[in-house]
Amino acid sequence: MKYIIAVIQPNRLDAVRDALSGIGVQGLTVSEVRGFGRQKGQTEIYRGAEYTMQYVPKVKLELAVDEPIVDSVVAAIREGALTGRIGDGKVFVLPLEGAMRVRTGEMGADAL
Amino acid sequence: MIDAGDTAWLITATALVLFMTLPGLALFYGGLVRAENVLSVLMQCFTIACLMSVLWLIAGYSLTFSGDGPWIGDLKKVLLLGVPRDAVSGSIPESVFFMFQMTFAIITPALMVGAFVERMRFGAVVLFCSLWLFLVYVPVAHWVWGGGWLAERGVMDFAGGLVVHLTAGVSALLLAIVLGPRMGFPRDVRPPHAPWMTMTGACMLWVGWFGFNAGSALSAGADAGMAMLVTHISAATATLVWIVIESVKFGKPSLIGAVTGAIAGLASITPASGYVGPGGALVIGLVGGAVCYLMVIVVKHRFGIDDSLDVLAVHGIGGALGITLTAVFAAAALGGVGLAEGQTMGSQAIVQLTGIVAVLIWSVVVSFLIIKVVQALLGLRVSAEVEEQGLDLNVHGERGYNM
Repeated sequence: MKYIIAVIQPNRLDAVRDALSGIGVQGLTVSEVRGFGRQKGQTEIYRGAEYTMQYVPKVKLELAVDEPIVDSVVAAIREGALTGRIGDGKVFVLPLEGAMRVRTGEMGADAL
Repeated sequence: MIDAGDTAWLITATALVLFMTLPGLALFYGGLVRAENVLSVLMQCFTIACLMSVLWLIAGYSLTFSGDGPWIGDLKKVLLLGVPRDAVSGSIPESVFFMFQMTFAIITPALMVGAFVERMRFGAVVLFCSLWLFLVYVPVAHWVWGGGWLAERGVMDFAGGLVVHLTAGVSALLLAIVLGPRMGFPRDVRPPHAPWMTMTGACMLWVGWFGFNAGSALSAGADAGMAMLVTHISAATATLVWIVIESVKFGKPSLIGAVTGAIAGLASITPASGYVGPGGALVIGLVGGAVCYLMVIVVKHRFGIDDSLDVLAVHGIGGALGITLTAVFAAAALGGVGLAEGQTMGSQAIVQLTGIVAVLIWSVVVSFLIIKVVQALLGLRVSAEVEEQGLDLNVHGERGYNM
């Protein structure tokens, strides 16, 4: 099992969700986050004064998947999130040691 | 003789001017601060409104409008004692005149909130504004509107370019200097948390300003009608000026810029609103918009003074500019009501400039003394820790947004 964390542009969330649904992903968790990368901040101007936003709004997706579909999930996230511009985001893949479905008590890959 | 039409309009105008502060100005300023300080701004405006009302009744009104000494009024109408229910002022009940003028005494100190947001102690705000009402606002209002020495000289300030905008603008700048800038100014100050709130407040100010300027005619006739017209045209013109400047300079016209332009146009036309015609209003809006824009940049970036919400640049400068241009556009040849007999454009301009210099010096000197007294008694500034966490939770025990 792998745990996949992706940080993407907020306005690409629906496209990523559609792409993941297309390959049979059953669920994921989304949170609104802020961060910076090579994109650095954004500049906003109020009454002639520039304000540099050190952190840019992003959306973070988290999902646990079974080994066989890891590569296709990563590819689907890229397909949905890609605009080709700076700030499209990153995908991280982590090893996942265990999982449990609370309602039934199923463990491991069955719980996903 | 009480005139029913005049009375009805002045009661309406009084409500409009109170609406400028509560909630207009409060929202205008509230949107411009960071989310952790929004309630402190609303609370300061609300508290000032209530406190000034009571102080106005106690002695403010009497010292401004009772008696015709050159410098200050007398105490014959303290607490309105001896003023009967059916007392008349001009063509309206004195109770209505008292109330109308009270709303000006409320918004003027509240304007200064913009200079010290996000860092001043609540007690210091309360004490400063109370002393300031009696020592700066009341004398100047008496000089100009209460039959004092500037009125004797024929100064033209229809709705408060000197009395309201210049006193508040200059004193606010001084307070911002003594208080010092917000933490992180200018590079790391957080941007306005809710531009939509600022726009909402600006719209209330705009509508309320019809009461402010057209109400200052103290009657419901041609003067009030034209005051409303020129007020609106100046506001609209100055807004367009800011939009054009930002479009050219940054490629992006901002909402906050546009609504700030409107307020600059409104402040600029205020002293002129009873004296000029539509053409004068167009020019005052154009010049007011451009000059106030420039002054925001000069004060904040050239001088590095954290007059946080640009009280001097928008109100002080707009008011002084309007006072000056009144001498020009009041001329009958330029569509105005005409200057007083024996006055030329030049001689009136000298009277107007005398007013500006006198009010400026008085505001600076007296405000400085008040600030020092408040500083000695209470301290001006919250602790660095409180400032960092925001005033809402630390000073008022509430959060603007529980999410």
